[in-house]
Amino acid sequence: MSTLLSIAGVSKHFGGFTALSNVNLDVAQGERLGLIGPNGSGKTTLINCVSGALKNDAGSITFKNENLNGLAPHQRTRRGIARSFQIPRPFHSMTPVENLAVPLEYVTYRGVAHKHDIKGEAEAILRDMGLGDKMHAACAGLSQVELRKLELARAMAARPALLISDEAMAGLSHAEVDEVLAILFKLSGTGITIIMIEHIMHAIMRFSERVVCLDAGELIAEGVPTDIVKNPDVQRAYLGA
Amino acid sequence: MSGKMSSMGGNNRIFVGGCIAVVLAAIALMTGVRTDYVFNASYVVLQFIVLASAWNILGGYAGYVNFGTSAFFAMGGYTALFMIKMFNAPLLVQIIAAACCTGVLGLGIGLISLRLRGIFFSIATVAVAIVLETVILNTDYFGGAKGLQMMRPEPIAPFTSYDTMLFFVMVLMAISAVAISRYIEQSWIGRGLRAIKDNEEAAECVGVPTLKLKLIATVVSGALMGAAGAPLVMYMRFIEPVSAFSLNYSVSALAMPIIGGTSSWIGPVIGALLLGSVQQIVTVTISSELNVLIVGVLLVFFVVVAPDGILGLVRKLRTKNSAKGDAKGGAQ
Ligand SMILES: Nc1ncnc2c1ncn2[C@@H]1O[C@H](COP(=O)(O)OP(=O)(O)OP(=O)(O)O)[C@@H](O)[C@H]1O
Ligand SMILES: [Mg+2]
Repeated sequence: MSTLLSIAGVSKHFGGFTALSNVNLDVAQGERLGLIGPNGSGKTTLINCVSGALKNDAGSITFKNENLNGLAPHQRTRRGIARSFQIPRPFHSMTPVENLAVPLEYVTYRGVAHKHDIKGEAEAILRDMGLGDKMHAACAGLSQVELRKLELARAMAARPALLISDEAMAGLSHAEVDEVLAILFKLSGTGITIIMIEHIMHAIMRFSERVVCLDAGELIAEGVPTDIVKNPDVQRAYLGA
Repeated sequence: MSGKMSSMGGNNRIFVGGCIAVVLAAIALMTGVRTDYVFNASYVVLQFIVLASAWNILGGYAGYVNFGTSAFFAMGGYTALFMIKMFNAPLLVQIIAAACCTGVLGLGIGLISLRLRGIFFSIATVAVAIVLETVILNTDYFGGAKGLQMMRPEPIAPFTSYDTMLFFVMVLMAISAVAISRYIEQSWIGRGLRAIKDNEEAAECVGVPTLKLKLIATVVSGALMGAAGAPLVMYMRFIEPVSAFSLNYSVSALAMPIIGGTSSWIGPVIGALLLGSVQQIVTVTISSELNVLIVGVLLVFFVVVAPDGILGLVRKLRTKNSAKGDAKGGAQ
Protein backbone atom coordinates (compact mmCIF):
# COMPACT_ATOMS: atom_id res chain seq x y z
CA MET A 1 0.00 0.00 0.00
CA SER A 2 1.27 3.48 -0.78
CA THR A 3 1.91 6.09 1.89
CA LEU A 4 -0.68 8.88 2.04
CA LEU A 5 0.61 10.87 4.98
CA SER A 6 4.15 10.94 6.23
CA ILE A 7 5.14 12.67 9.47
CA ALA A 8 8.92 12.88 9.77
CA GLY A 9 10.84 14.21 12.75
CA VAL A 10 8.04 16.54 13.84
CA SER A 11 8.57 18.55 17.04
CA LYS A 12 6.47 21.22 18.67
CA HIS A 13 7.28 23.39 21.68
CA PHE A 14 5.04 25.76 23.63
CA GLY A 15 7.60 28.05 25.25
CA GLY A 16 9.84 25.74 27.19
CA PHE A 17 7.30 22.90 27.13
CA THR A 18 7.87 20.11 24.62
CA ALA A 19 4.49 18.96 23.33
CA LEU A 20 5.88 16.80 20.52
CA SER A 21 9.40 15.56 20.11
CA ASN A 22 10.69 13.92 16.95
CA VAL A 23 7.48 12.16 15.96
CA ASN A 24 7.76 9.83 12.96
CA LEU A 25 4.63 8.24 11.54
CA ASP A 26 3.55 6.99 8.12
CA VAL A 27 -0.09 6.43 7.32
CA ALA A 28 -0.99 4.25 4.37
CA GLN A 29 -3.67 4.93 1.79
CA GLY A 30 -6.96 3.51 3.05
CA GLU A 31 -5.64 2.65 6.52
CA ARG A 32 -7.64 2.81 9.75
CA LEU A 33 -5.19 4.09 12.31
CA GLY A 34 -5.90 4.48 15.99
CA LEU A 35 -4.00 7.19 17.88
CA ILE A 36 -4.01 6.81 21.63
CA GLY A 37 -2.19 8.35 24.55
CA PRO A 38 -2.92 9.73 28.01
CA ASN A 39 -4.39 13.22 28.51
CA GLY A 40 -1.95 15.90 27.45
CA SER A 41 0.28 13.48 25.54
CA GLY A 42 0.12 15.60 22.38
CA LYS A 43 -2.49 13.87 20.23
CA THR A 44 -4.43 17.00 19.40
CA THR A 45 -1.20 18.94 18.98
CA LEU A 46 -0.04 16.39 16.40
CA ILE A 47 -3.19 16.67 14.34
CA ASN A 48 -3.08 20.45 14.69
CA CYS A 49 0.33 20.24 13.02
CA VAL A 50 -1.07 18.01 10.29
CA SER A 51 -4.13 20.19 9.67
CA GLY A 52 -2.02 23.35 9.78
CA ALA A 53 -3.64 24.96 12.81
CA LEU A 54 -0.18 24.88 14.43
CA LYS A 55 3.22 25.15 12.79
CA ASN A 56 5.61 22.39 13.69
CA ASP A 57 8.99 23.68 14.88
CA ALA A 58 10.98 20.91 13.25
CA GLY A 59 10.47 18.08 10.81
CA SER A 60 8.21 17.78 7.81
CA ILE A 61 4.72 16.57 7.02
CA THR A 62 4.15 15.14 3.58
CA PHE A 63 0.73 14.42 2.11
CA LYS A 64 0.29 12.77 -1.29
CA ASN A 65 4.03 13.29 -1.78
CA GLU A 66 3.75 17.04 -1.22
CA ASN A 67 5.46 18.80 1.66
CA LEU A 68 2.79 20.69 3.60
CA ASN A 69 5.10 23.00 5.52
CA GLY A 70 4.00 26.60 5.12
CA LEU A 71 0.52 25.76 3.85
CA ALA A 72 -2.44 27.34 5.66
CA PRO A 73 -5.14 25.01 7.03
CA HIS A 74 -7.59 25.87 4.25
CA GLN A 75 -5.00 24.94 1.64
CA ARG A 76 -4.45 21.59 3.32
CA THR A 77 -8.20 21.00 3.41
CA ARG A 78 -8.31 21.61 -0.33
CA ARG A 79 -5.58 19.02 -0.76
CA GLY A 80 -7.68 16.44 1.03
CA ILE A 81 -7.12 16.64 4.78
CA ALA A 82 -10.21 17.05 6.92
CA ARG A 83 -10.61 16.96 10.67
CA SER A 84 -13.22 17.09 13.34
CA PHE A 85 -12.69 19.08 16.52
CA GLN A 86 -12.48 17.49 19.94
CA ILE A 87 -14.89 20.13 21.24
CA PRO A 88 -17.46 20.57 18.46
CA ARG A 89 -17.22 23.88 16.66
CA PRO A 90 -20.37 24.22 14.61
CA PHE A 91 -21.18 27.43 12.78
CA HIS A 92 -23.83 28.16 15.35
CA SER A 93 -25.76 30.80 13.44
CA MET A 94 -26.35 28.31 10.64
CA THR A 95 -28.43 25.18 10.20
CA PRO A 96 -26.58 21.87 9.64
CA VAL A 97 -27.25 22.14 5.91
CA GLU A 98 -25.70 25.61 5.86
CA ASN A 99 -22.76 24.31 7.89
CA LEU A 100 -22.04 21.77 5.19
CA ALA A 101 -22.61 24.28 2.42
CA VAL A 102 -19.42 26.08 3.52
CA PRO A 103 -16.96 23.28 2.65
CA LEU A 104 -19.09 22.32 -0.33
CA GLU A 105 -18.81 25.83 -1.72
CA TYR A 106 -15.21 26.51 -0.68
CA VAL A 107 -13.64 23.12 -1.40
CA THR A 108 -15.75 20.62 -3.29
CA TYR A 109 -17.25 23.01 -5.83
CA ARG A 110 -14.61 25.71 -5.69
CA GLY A 111 -14.10 27.32 -9.06
CA VAL A 112 -17.06 25.45 -10.52
CA ALA A 113 -19.04 28.06 -12.37
CA HIS A 114 -22.28 26.13 -12.34
CA LYS A 115 -22.89 25.70 -8.64
CA HIS A 116 -24.17 22.22 -8.36
CA ASP A 117 -27.07 21.40 -6.09
CA ILE A 118 -25.16 22.23 -2.90
CA LYS A 119 -28.23 22.06 -0.70
CA GLY A 120 -29.21 18.67 -2.04
CA GLU A 121 -25.74 17.30 -1.52
CA ALA A 122 -25.52 18.68 2.02
CA GLU A 123 -28.83 17.02 2.80
CA ALA A 124 -27.64 13.73 1.34
CA ILE A 125 -24.50 13.73 3.51
CA LEU A 126 -26.49 14.61 6.63
CA ARG A 127 -29.00 11.87 5.93
CA ASP A 128 -26.11 9.47 5.51
CA MET A 129 -24.77 10.52 8.90
CA GLY A 130 -28.10 9.97 10.59
CA LEU A 131 -28.91 13.67 10.94
CA GLY A 132 -31.77 13.56 8.46
CA ASP A 133 -34.36 14.90 10.86
CA LYS A 134 -32.20 17.81 12.10
CA MET A 135 -30.98 19.13 8.75
CA HIS A 136 -32.76 22.47 8.98
CA ALA A 137 -32.86 22.83 12.74
CA ALA A 138 -30.90 25.42 14.69
CA CYS A 139 -27.48 24.16 15.82
CA ALA A 140 -28.27 25.26 19.36
CA GLY A 141 -30.83 22.50 19.63
CA LEU A 142 -28.47 19.66 18.72
CA SER A 143 -27.45 17.05 21.28
CA GLN A 144 -23.83 16.08 21.94
CA VAL A 145 -23.93 13.06 19.66
CA GLU A 146 -25.59 15.11 16.94
CA LEU A 147 -22.90 17.76 17.22
CA ARG A 148 -20.21 15.08 16.85
CA LYS A 149 -21.97 13.74 13.79
CA LEU A 150 -22.22 17.25 12.39
CA GLU A 151 -18.45 17.68 12.91
CA LEU A 152 -17.84 14.52 10.89
CA ALA A 153 -20.42 15.40 8.25
CA ARG A 154 -18.92 18.85 7.74
CA ALA A 155 -15.45 17.37 7.45
CA MET A 156 -16.74 14.86 4.92
CA ALA A 157 -18.40 17.54 2.80
CA ALA A 158 -14.91 18.59 1.66
CA ARG A 159 -14.50 15.09 0.19
CA PRO A 160 -11.21 14.40 1.96
CA ALA A 161 -8.74 11.62 1.29
CA LEU A 162 -7.78 11.68 4.96
CA LEU A 163 -10.20 12.18 7.84
CA ILE A 164 -8.88 12.83 11.32
CA SER A 165 -11.46 12.29 14.02
CA ASP A 166 -10.42 13.84 17.33
CA GLU A 167 -12.30 12.08 20.12
CA ALA A 168 -15.62 12.04 18.30
CA MET A 169 -16.95 9.59 20.87
CA ALA A 170 -15.83 11.06 24.19
CA GLY A 171 -18.71 11.35 26.63
CA LEU A 172 -21.18 9.43 24.47
CA SER A 173 -23.29 6.50 25.60
CA HIS A 174 -22.49 2.96 24.54
CA ALA A 175 -25.13 2.94 21.83
CA GLU A 176 -24.00 6.34 20.56
CA VAL A 177 -20.38 5.17 20.39
CA ASP A 178 -21.53 2.29 18.23
CA GLU A 179 -23.41 4.71 15.98
CA VAL A 180 -20.38 6.91 15.43
CA LEU A 181 -18.20 3.85 14.96
CA ALA A 182 -20.56 2.55 12.29
CA ILE A 183 -20.30 5.89 10.49
CA LEU A 184 -16.51 5.75 10.56
CA PHE A 185 -16.53 2.17 9.27
CA LYS A 186 -18.83 3.18 6.47
CA LEU A 187 -16.54 6.06 5.49
CA SER A 188 -13.54 3.77 5.62
CA GLY A 189 -15.40 1.43 3.31
CA THR A 190 -15.49 4.16 0.67
CA GLY A 191 -11.69 4.25 0.61
CA ILE A 192 -11.08 7.20 2.94
CA THR A 193 -8.04 6.97 5.18
CA ILE A 194 -8.99 7.57 8.81
CA ILE A 195 -6.99 8.51 11.85
CA MET A 196 -9.09 8.01 14.95
CA ILE A 197 -8.04 9.62 18.21
CA GLU A 198 -9.87 8.04 21.08
CA HIS A 199 -9.70 7.17 24.76
CA ILE A 200 -12.43 4.56 24.53
CA MET A 201 -10.34 1.40 24.20
CA HIS A 202 -13.02 -0.96 22.92
CA ALA A 203 -13.72 1.45 20.07
CA ILE A 204 -10.02 1.67 19.24
CA MET A 205 -9.69 -2.11 19.39
CA ARG A 206 -12.60 -2.68 17.05
CA PHE A 207 -11.84 0.05 14.58
CA SER A 208 -8.08 0.20 14.14
CA GLU A 209 -5.95 -1.91 11.86
CA ARG A 210 -2.95 -0.42 13.59
CA VAL A 211 -2.56 1.63 16.76
CA VAL A 212 0.14 4.10 17.75
CA CYS A 213 0.58 5.46 21.24
CA LEU A 214 1.84 8.91 22.20
CA ASP A 215 3.21 9.65 25.63
CA ALA A 216 4.59 13.05 26.65
CA GLY A 217 5.02 14.00 23.01
CA GLU A 218 6.83 10.85 21.96
CA LEU A 219 5.60 7.87 19.99
CA ILE A 220 6.27 5.01 22.37
CA ALA A 221 4.55 2.09 20.71
CA GLU A 222 3.05 0.91 17.46
CA GLY A 223 1.33 -2.31 16.48
CA VAL A 224 -1.92 -4.19 15.95
CA PRO A 225 -4.51 -3.45 18.66
CA THR A 226 -4.13 -6.73 20.50
CA ASP A 227 -0.38 -6.21 20.84
CA ILE A 228 -0.69 -2.58 21.88
CA VAL A 229 -2.83 -3.30 24.94
CA LYS A 230 -0.23 -5.83 26.09
CA ASN A 231 2.69 -3.50 25.47
CA PRO A 232 4.41 -2.70 28.81
CA ASP A 233 5.33 0.85 27.72
CA VAL A 234 1.70 1.59 26.89
CA GLN A 235 0.53 0.12 30.18
CA ARG A 236 3.07 2.20 32.04
CA ALA A 237 2.02 5.38 30.23
CA TYR A 238 -1.63 4.82 31.07
CA LEU A 239 -1.21 3.57 34.59
CA GLY A 240 1.61 5.98 35.37
CA ALA A 241 3.51 3.12 36.95
CA MET B 1 -28.90 26.55 -2.62
CA SER B 2 -30.63 26.45 -5.96
CA GLY B 3 -33.94 27.69 -4.61
CA LYS B 4 -32.27 30.74 -3.14
CA MET B 5 -30.35 31.44 -6.31
CA SER B 6 -33.36 31.39 -8.63
CA SER B 7 -35.23 33.85 -6.42
CA MET B 8 -32.15 36.08 -6.32
CA GLY B 9 -32.76 37.25 -9.91
CA GLY B 10 -36.13 38.66 -8.88
CA ASN B 11 -34.68 40.25 -5.75
CA ASN B 12 -31.98 41.89 -7.82
CA ARG B 13 -34.57 43.47 -10.06
CA ILE B 14 -36.42 44.83 -7.03
CA PHE B 15 -33.16 46.20 -5.60
CA VAL B 16 -32.12 47.93 -8.83
CA GLY B 17 -35.64 49.31 -9.15
CA GLY B 18 -35.40 50.65 -5.62
CA CYS B 19 -32.07 52.33 -6.37
CA ILE B 20 -33.47 54.01 -9.48
CA ALA B 21 -36.48 55.19 -7.50
CA VAL B 22 -34.17 56.74 -4.89
CA VAL B 23 -32.17 58.59 -7.56
CA LEU B 24 -35.36 59.86 -9.21
CA ALA B 25 -36.70 60.99 -5.84
CA ALA B 26 -33.41 62.80 -5.19
CA ILE B 27 -33.60 64.58 -8.54
CA ALA B 28 -37.23 65.55 -7.89
CA LEU B 29 -36.19 66.90 -4.50
CA MET B 30 -33.38 68.93 -6.06
CA THR B 31 -35.61 70.54 -8.66
CA GLY B 32 -38.56 71.05 -6.34
CA VAL B 33 -37.10 72.00 -2.97
CA ARG B 34 -35.02 75.08 -2.52
CA THR B 35 -34.13 75.04 1.17
CA ASP B 36 -30.59 74.00 1.91
CA TYR B 37 -31.67 72.65 5.28
CA VAL B 38 -33.38 69.68 3.66
CA PHE B 39 -30.23 68.90 1.72
CA ASN B 40 -27.97 69.26 4.70
CA ALA B 41 -30.12 67.03 6.87
CA SER B 42 -30.45 64.40 4.14
CA TYR B 43 -26.74 64.63 3.46
CA VAL B 44 -25.92 63.66 7.03
CA VAL B 45 -28.37 60.75 7.02
CA LEU B 46 -26.98 59.50 3.70
CA GLN B 47 -23.45 59.82 5.03
CA PHE B 48 -24.44 57.60 7.93
CA ILE B 49 -25.95 55.04 5.56
CA VAL B 50 -22.49 54.78 3.95
CA LEU B 51 -20.67 54.57 7.28
CA ALA B 52 -23.08 52.06 8.81
CA SER B 53 -23.09 49.83 5.72
CA ALA B 54 -19.29 49.98 5.58
CA TRP B 55 -18.95 49.19 9.29
CA ASN B 56 -21.31 46.25 8.95
CA ILE B 57 -19.22 44.54 6.28
CA LEU B 58 -16.50 43.96 8.85
CA GLY B 59 -18.39 44.18 12.16
CA GLY B 60 -21.69 42.61 11.19
CA TYR B 61 -20.70 39.98 8.64
CA ALA B 62 -17.25 38.99 9.97
CA GLY B 63 -17.73 39.87 13.64
CA TYR B 64 -14.69 42.14 13.89
CA VAL B 65 -15.87 45.21 15.78
CA ASN B 66 -14.23 48.40 14.57
CA PHE B 67 -14.31 51.24 17.11
CA GLY B 68 -12.26 53.48 14.85
CA THR B 69 -14.69 54.54 12.14
CA SER B 70 -13.79 58.16 12.86
CA ALA B 71 -10.18 57.43 11.87
CA PHE B 72 -11.24 56.24 8.42
CA PHE B 73 -13.77 59.03 8.02
CA ALA B 74 -11.30 61.73 9.04
CA MET B 75 -8.51 60.24 6.98
CA GLY B 76 -10.86 60.44 3.99
CA GLY B 77 -11.47 64.10 4.77
CA TYR B 78 -7.80 64.93 5.19
CA THR B 79 -6.88 63.03 2.02
CA ALA B 80 -9.39 65.22 0.21
CA LEU B 81 -7.85 68.29 1.83
CA PHE B 82 -4.43 67.18 0.62
CA MET B 83 -5.73 66.63 -2.91
CA ILE B 84 -7.29 70.11 -2.90
CA LYS B 85 -4.21 71.87 -1.56
CA MET B 86 -1.76 69.94 -3.68
CA PHE B 87 -3.55 69.50 -7.01
CA ASN B 88 -6.74 71.51 -6.72
CA ALA B 89 -8.39 68.19 -7.50
CA PRO B 90 -12.11 68.01 -8.30
CA LEU B 91 -14.54 66.29 -5.90
CA LEU B 92 -14.58 62.96 -7.73
CA VAL B 93 -10.78 62.71 -7.63
CA GLN B 94 -10.82 63.64 -3.92
CA ILE B 95 -13.24 60.81 -3.22
CA ILE B 96 -11.25 58.23 -5.18
CA ALA B 97 -7.99 59.26 -3.52
CA ALA B 98 -9.63 59.10 -0.08
CA ALA B 99 -11.02 55.64 -0.76
CA CYS B 100 -7.59 54.42 -1.87
CA CYS B 101 -5.82 55.79 1.23
CA THR B 102 -8.36 54.44 3.69
CA GLY B 103 -8.44 51.15 1.80
CA VAL B 104 -4.74 50.85 2.58
CA LEU B 105 -5.44 51.76 6.21
CA GLY B 106 -8.07 49.00 6.15
CA LEU B 107 -5.43 46.59 4.88
CA GLY B 108 -3.30 47.49 7.89
CA ILE B 109 -6.22 46.90 10.24
CA GLY B 110 -6.82 43.60 8.47
CA LEU B 111 -3.27 42.52 9.17
CA ILE B 112 -3.81 43.38 12.85
CA SER B 113 -6.69 40.88 12.78
CA LEU B 114 -4.09 38.20 12.08
CA ARG B 115 -2.91 38.51 15.65
CA LEU B 116 -5.75 40.17 17.56
CA ARG B 117 -9.31 39.07 17.88
CA GLY B 118 -12.37 40.12 19.82
CA ILE B 119 -11.99 43.01 22.19
CA PHE B 120 -8.23 43.24 21.52
CA PHE B 121 -8.86 43.90 17.86
CA SER B 122 -11.38 46.57 18.79
CA ILE B 123 -8.94 48.25 21.16
CA ALA B 124 -6.35 48.30 18.39
CA THR B 125 -8.79 50.17 16.15
CA VAL B 126 -9.26 52.79 18.87
CA ALA B 127 -5.49 53.11 19.12
CA VAL B 128 -5.22 53.67 15.38
CA ALA B 129 -7.76 56.48 15.64
CA ILE B 130 -5.88 58.13 18.49
CA VAL B 131 -2.54 57.89 16.71
CA LEU B 132 -3.94 59.35 13.50
CA GLU B 133 -5.65 62.22 15.32
CA THR B 134 -2.42 63.03 17.13
CA VAL B 135 -0.52 63.07 13.86
CA ILE B 136 -3.03 65.44 12.26
CA LEU B 137 -3.10 67.67 15.37
CA ASN B 138 0.65 68.14 15.01
CA THR B 139 0.86 68.61 11.25
CA ASP B 140 0.86 72.27 10.25
CA TYR B 141 0.25 71.41 6.61
CA PHE B 142 -3.23 70.20 7.59
CA GLY B 143 -3.86 73.16 9.84
CA GLY B 144 -3.02 71.40 13.11
CA ALA B 145 -5.51 71.82 15.92
CA LYS B 146 -6.95 75.04 14.49
CA GLY B 147 -7.95 73.41 11.24
CA LEU B 148 -8.18 74.90 7.77
CA GLN B 149 -10.77 76.92 5.95
CA MET B 150 -11.44 76.06 2.31
CA MET B 151 -13.29 77.92 -0.42
CA ARG B 152 -15.90 76.03 -2.38
CA PRO B 153 -15.41 76.13 -6.13
CA GLU B 154 -18.36 76.74 -8.45
CA PRO B 155 -20.72 73.75 -8.62
CA ILE B 156 -20.44 71.70 -11.78
CA ALA B 157 -23.36 71.96 -14.20
CA PRO B 158 -26.19 70.96 -14.11
CA PHE B 159 -26.04 71.74 -10.39
CA THR B 160 -26.82 75.27 -9.37
CA SER B 161 -25.73 75.07 -5.76
CA TYR B 162 -22.85 73.23 -4.16
CA ASP B 163 -25.14 71.88 -1.44
CA THR B 164 -27.39 70.10 -3.92
CA MET B 165 -24.32 68.76 -5.69
CA LEU B 166 -22.89 67.31 -2.49
CA PHE B 167 -26.29 65.92 -1.68
CA PHE B 168 -26.50 64.17 -5.03
CA VAL B 169 -22.96 62.80 -4.70
CA MET B 170 -23.91 61.39 -1.31
CA VAL B 171 -27.04 59.80 -2.78
CA LEU B 172 -24.90 57.96 -5.32
CA MET B 173 -22.34 57.03 -2.68
CA ALA B 174 -25.00 55.64 -0.36
CA ILE B 175 -26.50 53.57 -3.17
CA SER B 176 -23.05 52.23 -4.08
CA ALA B 177 -22.21 51.40 -0.47
CA VAL B 178 -25.52 49.58 0.06
CA ALA B 179 -25.13 47.71 -3.24
CA ILE B 180 -21.59 46.62 -2.32
CA SER B 181 -22.64 45.59 1.17
CA ARG B 182 -25.57 43.66 -0.29
CA TYR B 183 -23.41 41.98 -2.90
CA ILE B 184 -20.87 40.89 -0.30
CA GLU B 185 -23.56 39.53 2.00
CA GLN B 186 -25.14 37.41 -0.71
CA SER B 187 -21.94 36.19 -2.36
CA TRP B 188 -19.43 33.52 -1.41
CA ILE B 189 -17.55 36.26 0.46
CA GLY B 190 -20.47 36.88 2.81
CA ARG B 191 -21.03 33.18 3.46
CA GLY B 192 -17.34 32.80 4.29
CA LEU B 193 -17.37 35.86 6.57
CA ARG B 194 -20.35 34.42 8.41
CA ALA B 195 -18.42 31.20 9.01
CA ILE B 196 -15.52 33.31 10.31
CA LYS B 197 -17.86 35.13 12.66
CA ASP B 198 -19.23 31.85 14.00
CA ASN B 199 -15.89 30.09 14.41
CA GLU B 200 -12.73 31.21 12.70
CA GLU B 201 -10.67 28.03 13.26
CA ALA B 202 -13.46 25.82 12.01
CA ALA B 203 -13.94 28.08 8.99
CA GLU B 204 -10.28 27.84 8.07
CA CYS B 205 -10.39 24.05 8.52
CA VAL B 206 -13.29 23.58 6.14
CA GLY B 207 -11.48 25.46 3.42
CA VAL B 208 -12.37 29.13 3.97
CA PRO B 209 -9.35 31.36 3.24
CA THR B 210 -9.98 33.41 6.36
CA LEU B 211 -7.14 35.90 5.99
CA LYS B 212 -8.05 36.72 2.40
CA LEU B 213 -11.71 37.23 3.29
CA LYS B 214 -10.89 39.39 6.31
CA LEU B 215 -8.62 41.55 4.18
CA ILE B 216 -11.34 41.95 1.56
CA ALA B 217 -13.71 43.01 4.34
CA THR B 218 -11.33 45.47 6.01
CA VAL B 219 -10.22 47.05 2.72
CA VAL B 220 -13.74 47.48 1.32
CA SER B 221 -15.10 48.66 4.66
CA GLY B 222 -12.23 51.12 5.12
CA ALA B 223 -12.42 52.45 1.57
CA LEU B 224 -16.15 53.16 1.87
CA MET B 225 -15.69 54.98 5.18
CA GLY B 226 -12.95 57.11 3.67
CA ALA B 227 -15.05 57.89 0.62
CA ALA B 228 -17.84 59.08 2.92
CA GLY B 229 -15.40 61.41 4.66
CA ALA B 230 -13.93 62.92 1.49
CA PRO B 231 -16.67 65.49 0.80
CA LEU B 232 -16.48 66.69 4.42
CA VAL B 233 -14.08 69.52 3.59
CA MET B 234 -16.32 71.00 0.96
CA TYR B 235 -19.46 70.30 2.95
CA MET B 236 -18.21 72.18 6.03
CA ARG B 237 -15.94 74.52 4.05
CA PHE B 238 -13.65 73.80 6.93
CA ILE B 239 -11.86 70.88 8.52
CA GLU B 240 -10.37 70.49 11.96
CA PRO B 241 -9.33 67.34 13.84
CA VAL B 242 -11.70 67.34 16.81
CA SER B 243 -14.87 67.31 14.74
CA ALA B 244 -13.45 65.15 11.94
CA PHE B 245 -12.34 62.50 14.44
CA SER B 246 -15.54 62.93 16.46
CA LEU B 247 -16.59 59.99 18.59
CA ASN B 248 -20.04 60.40 17.13
CA TYR B 249 -18.95 58.77 13.84
CA SER B 250 -17.43 55.76 15.57
CA VAL B 251 -20.38 55.25 17.89
CA SER B 252 -23.09 55.88 15.30
CA ALA B 253 -21.45 53.65 12.69
CA LEU B 254 -21.67 50.69 15.02
CA ALA B 255 -24.93 51.64 16.77
CA MET B 256 -26.88 51.93 13.53
CA PRO B 257 -26.21 48.39 12.26
CA ILE B 258 -26.73 46.96 15.74
CA ILE B 259 -30.07 48.73 16.06
CA GLY B 260 -31.13 47.82 12.54
CA GLY B 261 -29.70 44.29 12.59
CA THR B 262 -26.23 43.21 11.52
CA SER B 263 -27.01 40.01 9.68
CA SER B 264 -28.23 41.65 6.50
CA TRP B 265 -27.43 44.70 4.34
CA ILE B 266 -30.80 46.24 5.08
CA GLY B 267 -30.11 46.43 8.83
CA PRO B 268 -27.59 49.28 8.69
CA VAL B 269 -29.86 51.14 6.25
CA ILE B 270 -32.82 50.90 8.63
CA GLY B 271 -30.62 51.88 11.57
CA ALA B 272 -29.09 54.85 9.77
CA LEU B 273 -32.44 56.13 8.53
CA LEU B 274 -33.92 55.83 11.99
CA LEU B 275 -31.07 57.08 14.11
CA GLY B 276 -29.87 59.62 11.56
CA SER B 277 -33.34 61.18 11.33
CA VAL B 278 -33.77 61.24 15.10
CA GLN B 279 -30.37 62.91 15.42
CA GLN B 280 -31.30 65.52 12.82
CA ILE B 281 -34.59 66.30 14.52
CA VAL B 282 -32.91 66.54 17.93
CA THR B 283 -30.17 68.80 16.54
CA VAL B 284 -32.80 71.25 15.29
CA THR B 285 -35.28 71.05 18.12
CA ILE B 286 -33.05 70.61 21.18
CA SER B 287 -29.29 70.59 20.73
CA SER B 288 -26.59 68.74 18.84
CA GLU B 289 -24.84 67.84 22.08
CA LEU B 290 -27.67 65.46 22.86
CA ASN B 291 -26.95 63.32 19.80
CA VAL B 292 -24.36 61.01 21.28
CA LEU B 293 -26.49 60.58 24.38
CA ILE B 294 -29.50 59.54 22.33
CA VAL B 295 -27.43 57.11 20.29
CA GLY B 296 -26.03 55.64 23.48
CA VAL B 297 -29.40 55.20 25.14
CA LEU B 298 -30.93 53.60 22.04
CA LEU B 299 -27.92 51.33 21.69
CA VAL B 300 -28.15 50.09 25.26
CA PHE B 301 -31.89 49.62 24.86
CA PHE B 302 -31.47 47.48 21.74
CA VAL B 303 -28.53 45.47 23.03
CA VAL B 304 -30.62 44.51 26.07
CA VAL B 305 -34.08 44.15 24.56
CA ALA B 306 -33.41 43.15 20.94
CA PRO B 307 -29.83 42.00 20.44
CA ASP B 308 -30.55 41.06 16.83
CA GLY B 309 -31.88 44.52 16.09
CA ILE B 310 -35.05 45.48 14.30
CA LEU B 311 -34.45 42.73 11.72
CA GLY B 312 -34.32 40.17 14.52
CA LEU B 313 -37.58 41.46 15.97
CA VAL B 314 -39.30 41.27 12.59
CA ARG B 315 -37.99 37.75 12.05
CA LYS B 316 -39.21 36.66 15.47
CA LEU B 317 -42.68 38.04 14.81
CA ARG B 318 -42.76 36.30 11.45
CA THR B 319 -41.81 32.88 12.81
CA LYS B 320 -44.37 33.33 15.57
CA ASN B 321 -47.05 34.08 13.02
CA SER B 322 -46.07 31.20 10.77
CA ALA B 323 -46.02 28.87 13.77
CA LYS B 324 -49.58 29.98 14.53
CA GLY B 325 -50.50 29.28 10.92
CA ASP B 326 -48.95 25.80 11.14
CA ALA B 327 -50.85 25.07 14.30
CA LYS B 328 -54.11 26.00 12.62
CA GLY B 329 -53.25 23.86 9.62
CA GLY B 330 -52.39 20.93 11.87
CA ALA B 331 -55.73 21.08 13.68
CA GLN B 332 -57.70 20.38 10.52
N1 LIG C 1 -1.65 26.32 22.39
C1 LIG C 1 -1.01 25.76 23.43
N2 LIG C 1 -0.21 26.50 24.23
C2 LIG C 1 0.45 25.93 25.27
N3 LIG C 1 0.38 24.65 25.60
C3 LIG C 1 -0.41 23.85 24.85
C4 LIG C 1 -1.14 24.37 23.73
N4 LIG C 1 -1.82 23.34 23.16
C5 LIG C 1 -1.53 22.25 23.90
N5 LIG C 1 -0.68 22.56 24.90
C6 LIG C 1 -0.13 21.60 25.86
O1 LIG C 1 0.47 20.55 25.14
C7 LIG C 1 0.19 19.31 25.76
C8 LIG C 1 -0.46 18.38 24.79
O2 LIG C 1 -1.78 18.81 24.56
P1 LIG C 1 -2.77 18.08 23.58
O3 LIG C 1 -4.00 18.87 23.52
O4 LIG C 1 -2.09 17.80 22.28
O5 LIG C 1 -3.02 16.71 24.35
P2 LIG C 1 -4.00 15.53 23.97
O6 LIG C 1 -3.14 14.32 23.83
O7 LIG C 1 -4.84 15.88 22.83
O8 LIG C 1 -4.83 15.40 25.30
P3 LIG C 1 -6.40 15.04 25.51
O9 LIG C 1 -6.47 13.56 25.49
O10 LIG C 1 -6.70 15.57 26.85
O11 LIG C 1 -7.15 15.66 24.41
C9 LIG C 1 -0.68 19.60 26.98
O12 LIG C 1 0.16 19.62 28.11
C10 LIG C 1 -1.22 20.97 26.71
O13 LIG C 1 -1.40 21.68 27.93
MG1 LIG D 1 -6.85 16.21 22.54
